[in-house]
Amino acid sequence: MKKLHTLLFSASLLMGTAAHAQLRIDIAGVGSNQIPVAVAAFADESVAPEQVSAIIRADLERSGVFKVIDARQTISDTANVDLAAFKASGADALVVGSVQRLADGRFQVRYKLLDTVKKTQLSQLSDAVAARNTRLEGHRIADDVYEKLTGVRGIFSTRISYVKQDPAARDYKLVVADADGEGEQVAAHGREPIISPSWSPDGTKVAYVSFELRKPVIYVQNLVTGQRTIVANEKGNNSAPAWSPDGTRLALALSKTGNTQIWVVNADGSGMRRVSNSAGIDTEPQFAADGQTIYFTSDRSGGPQIYKMSVNGGQATRVTFHGNYNISPRISPDGKTLAWISQREGGFSLYAMDLASGQEQRLADGATEPSFSPNGKYIMYATKGGGRTALAVVSVDGRVKQRLSTQAGNIREPSWGPFMK
Amino acid sequence: MRNAKSVAFIVAAAALLSACSSTKLQEAPKVEEKPVAQVTPPAADTSREVRPVETATVDPLNDPKGVLANRSVYFDFDSYVVRDDGKPVVENHSAYLTKNKQRKILIQGNTDERGGTEYNLALGQKRAEAVRKSMSALGVADTQMEAVSLGKEKPKATGHDEAAWAENRRADIVYQ
Repeated sequence: MKKLHTLLFSASLLMGTAAHAQLRIDIAGVGSNQIPVAVAAFADESVAPEQVSAIIRADLERSGVFKVIDARQTISDTANVDLAAFKASGADALVVGSVQRLADGRFQVRYKLLDTVKKTQLSQLSDAVAARNTRLEGHRIADDVYEKLTGVRGIFSTRISYVKQDPAARDYKLVVADADGEGEQVAAHGREPIISPSWSPDGTKVAYVSFELRKPVIYVQNLVTGQRTIVANEKGNNSAPAWSPDGTRLALALSKTGNTQIWVVNADGSGMRRVSNSAGIDTEPQFAADGQTIYFTSDRSGGPQIYKMSVNGGQATRVTFHGNYNISPRISPDGKTLAWISQREGGFSLYAMDLASGQEQRLADGATEPSFSPNGKYIMYATKGGGRTALAVVSVDGRVKQRLSTQAGNIREPSWGPFMK
Repeated sequence: MRNAKSVAFIVAAAALLSACSSTKLQEAPKVEEKPVAQVTPPAADTSREVRPVETATVDPLNDPKGVLANRSVYFDFDSYVVRDDGKPVVENHSAYLTKNKQRKILIQGNTDERGGTEYNLALGQKRAEAVRKSMSALGVADTQMEAVSLGKEKPKATGHDEAAWAENRRADIVYQ
């Protein structure tokens, strides 16, 4: 009965989120060894435009790492809590808090994370936030819970960018949203295709390719000011921008020599120099975490395969060997894992490879355009279903999958933004 | 003539200035123009003369029924070689461009919808480049051409079958 109640609660919570969510979340699988966490309603939280405890619950559930238990009561951060009772109900940790409207219109959000086993306080936060940032504050608290209980930094307050397109209406948008798909904001809008967005490491800019000049040209746009600069508009194609980890350079694919090759340029467009040197296609460059190695897609062996080479050029080393079509390399933030798209038995699947051992794992089918979360624990990708393209997220161990979908429009080309201060 | 007018202006200006005082206005001198005597040519019989007229030239590029109206070159699956049925298209436009050095073109390569965004962009580039090289061999200057790709982003046929894919494996010649 208790389990049933939890289940019903979870279901209604998800439906409640879906009612106004721009991206709908479906959890297709659940990981084992979840950490049981009880989340109480925050005292007086109805004064704020968003229910903070509901945001925290939704975030923790979506991560797949936690078994979220409904505390079935409101508990303020100042209350004396019978932690033994929560331990008895199966919770290893308890989240409590309060919301208070301030004289200046902001909201003071306080939270505490309590350990029901050791009967200690694990963490607390107290922030005064503007009304429009109460949702963000919920994500920040969820990040803190995630980090204190797993030892890994949370990604609930990070953002994603993607392309939303309606080719029949010639409508193309570069969109920025919260990692849970809420709070969509249009960063660029036009009548020609936009592809390959890539967040700068400091989170202030997005590099992308726009066809507005009747050919692919690379732009860097400051998200806050809206200022755009052309980074590469050479003869032929200018595409596949990827930031160096320090944000000072971009790796690009240019066809100014006739065939598509890898080049590196300073972030302001100066100092353009060629890196790869082959007779065929070299594209989709990605800096490794050390900034010294570039992974890329090349057809030098016939079909597309993934290679790596020094940022200074020279000999390339082949990385993928299984299958005839391996594209879109992405390196995890810790530099240990390669995620990419492989076509095997017809369909396109998302694979991950441990670079040290070379061991491969298939994470998702019907997948293209992967992007790592900044903590390296999740990969977002584009997937086809119901005649249109949507986004999905899979954990790097493949155990937790979520599909994010919208009511209308094709969504593709996700780029997961960095941690923000 | 010009001097006379200047004089007239100065005098008129002086007259205006003097109008401030109560002295009588001085009349500006009159400038008269005498018509130059016309020399009438001797009457001649022109009834058998023929004055040639240039007819308007239509740019063959704008002839919807002309060979230049076909601006698409098609490719086989996984192929980046100009097929025999595309060669007349390449030849006709090359002939026009070598005669019209001021005209410039974009060659836009396309692919079908299958496969990765960026890899398809590079494959479309290979198709555009194949057309560019063929035209270069026929004498078109490099400064008149730019080979680019739209990859799979702007499909002409929006279906998801072989007929649509074949239509989209294509390079288009676009005049600028």
